[in-house]
Amino acid sequence: MHVRRLQLTDFRSWSQVDVTFPEGPSVLVGPNGHGKTNLVESVGYLATGASHRVAGDAPLVRHGAESAVIRAAIGHEGRELRADLTIQPGKSNRARLNRSPLPRARDLIGVLKAVVFAPEDLSLVRGEPEQRRRMLDELLIARHPRFAGVRADYERVVRQRNTLLRTAYLARKTGGRGNTDLHTLDIWDRHLAQHGADLLAGRLALLESLSPYVVKAYDAVSAGRGRPQMTYQAAWADAEPLSPDRDLLTARLAAALAAARARETERGTTLVGPHRDDLLLRLGDLPAKGYASHGESWSYALALRLGAAELLRAEAVSPVLILDDVFAELDTDRRERLAAMVTHAPQVLVTCAVAEDVPAAMTGGRFDICDGEVNRVV
Amino acid sequence: MYEGALADLVDELGRLPGIGPKSAQRIAFHVLGSDKADVDRLADVLRTVKEQVRFCTVCGNVATEEQCRICRDPRRGDELICVVEEPKDIIAVERTGEFRGRYHVLGGAINPLDGVGPDDLRIRELMMRLQAGATKEVIIATDPNTEGEATATYLALMIGPMGLAVSRLASGLPVGGDLEYADEVTLGRAFEGRRLIQ
Repeated sequence: MHVRRLQLTDFRSWSQVDVTFPEGPSVLVGPNGHGKTNLVESVGYLATGASHRVAGDAPLVRHGAESAVIRAAIGHEGRELRADLTIQPGKSNRARLNRSPLPRARDLIGVLKAVVFAPEDLSLVRGEPEQRRRMLDELLIARHPRFAGVRADYERVVRQRNTLLRTAYLARKTGGRGNTDLHTLDIWDRHLAQHGADLLAGRLALLESLSPYVVKAYDAVSAGRGRPQMTYQAAWADAEPLSPDRDLLTARLAAALAAARARETERGTTLVGPHRDDLLLRLGDLPAKGYASHGESWSYALALRLGAAELLRAEAVSPVLILDDVFAELDTDRRERLAAMVTHAPQVLVTCAVAEDVPAAMTGGRFDICDGEVNRVV
Repeated sequence: MYEGALADLVDELGRLPGIGPKSAQRIAFHVLGSDKADVDRLADVLRTVKEQVRFCTVCGNVATEEQCRICRDPRRGDELICVVEEPKDIIAVERTGEFRGRYHVLGGAINPLDGVGPDDLRIRELMMRLQAGATKEVIIATDPNTEGEATATYLALMIGPMGLAVSRLASGLPVGGDLEYADEVTLGRAFEGRRLIQ
């Protein structure tokens, strides 16, 4: 799969731009602040419905404009798909596929498959558990779209349950009717266990398939120094290993909820479930967080994304690979190895400020980006 | 902004569900431009709907007498009771013409975020009806979302010990549509709820 042509209107710094990309590697070179990242960000947004840089949509629309438009012609197995997305902050986005409007903009997600690696991804290794959970869930949804619904249902149940616990907690503090409402807690426990087990089973199965690809990618980037290991961590599971069997997981979650009932009513929030889990990343025997060097952390984060791309490629469709400002962070050896690893991908979009940072092996298109213009040089 | 009566009308209309400021303004000017007879008729029905329509003392459906049309219908039996969230859900089930039992309207679903618990719903009334002993099966037709499912589970736990059959409407594919147009969540549910032929 590759993006043949990308047209942007009022997206970030671009009021109007139209670029034609070749298959294979394309390197976008330009000074900082001239819009390289904005270009590839739009491709990532089209693929996932979210930016890798900001949570809200408002910053994506050029200052002074009301909406932004991303248009792409996507080549896939000899066919051409046309995807159009209008971003309207505060309203729902509008999407069209091959010129016909889609009922919901999120139906466009997954039509274009892309994996983005950007400097922000260092937080996958060094940041909070939430970032690792999001990485797992996004990949889970890319593989099995059903999980978008599973996750939404689960989050809704957690919110309802938290509200119930908090109301009871506040009522108890002020001496009002506290426990009268808590008898519906059993119902929410049951639903939390069901939806939670569904999500958990998905994550565990995903991790099992993903791990070998991450090991391979890390090996390639670091030339065999250290071996990454990923373990799913659920504090509520009492260090007993979890297997991706939904019925078993439902029973274990239900048991853990029953055991935590007193603590949960005391604290007024849900302490058990996949929304509190983490993915423990180890390098050799040590946790990567806190122990790995900057270069190692960087390679680990890169290996997670490259592994995800390889998994998608092995199972279904080769995604467009986006490497945003990555080469500057790597030493010469790692650069060469990364280049060798990704040149075979159907399409790689690379951004960098200094052209020399990208190894010569990455031959393909080269674009100069300066003062709101894109010029193909090679 | 407008003055006096017109501003009041725009404000009142704007408080109705699904009507924003622009629509409120358009309706207000439509009313202003209409015949007096038409406006009187509208005002009359608004007043009478509040005066005459009440809620059925048995099932909670809208009614013009003490009991609703369905609860008074002697051709229907009490063996089957279909539990719904709102009176408008009854209309939906009635349109199918498949159900000849009676209904029970809960008046919502368990929803802690909106401060709605089981005591705020007409669950006690349902239990009293069931204790009368004429009912054999309760069909739970709450909405297929998080809150509707939680309510269904709650009811099943309450009714189960009484020895009655409790069933839940199936969720799955819309009839007459194409499989390819079904969204992934619905299709995923349909897979889970699949059944053997024969």
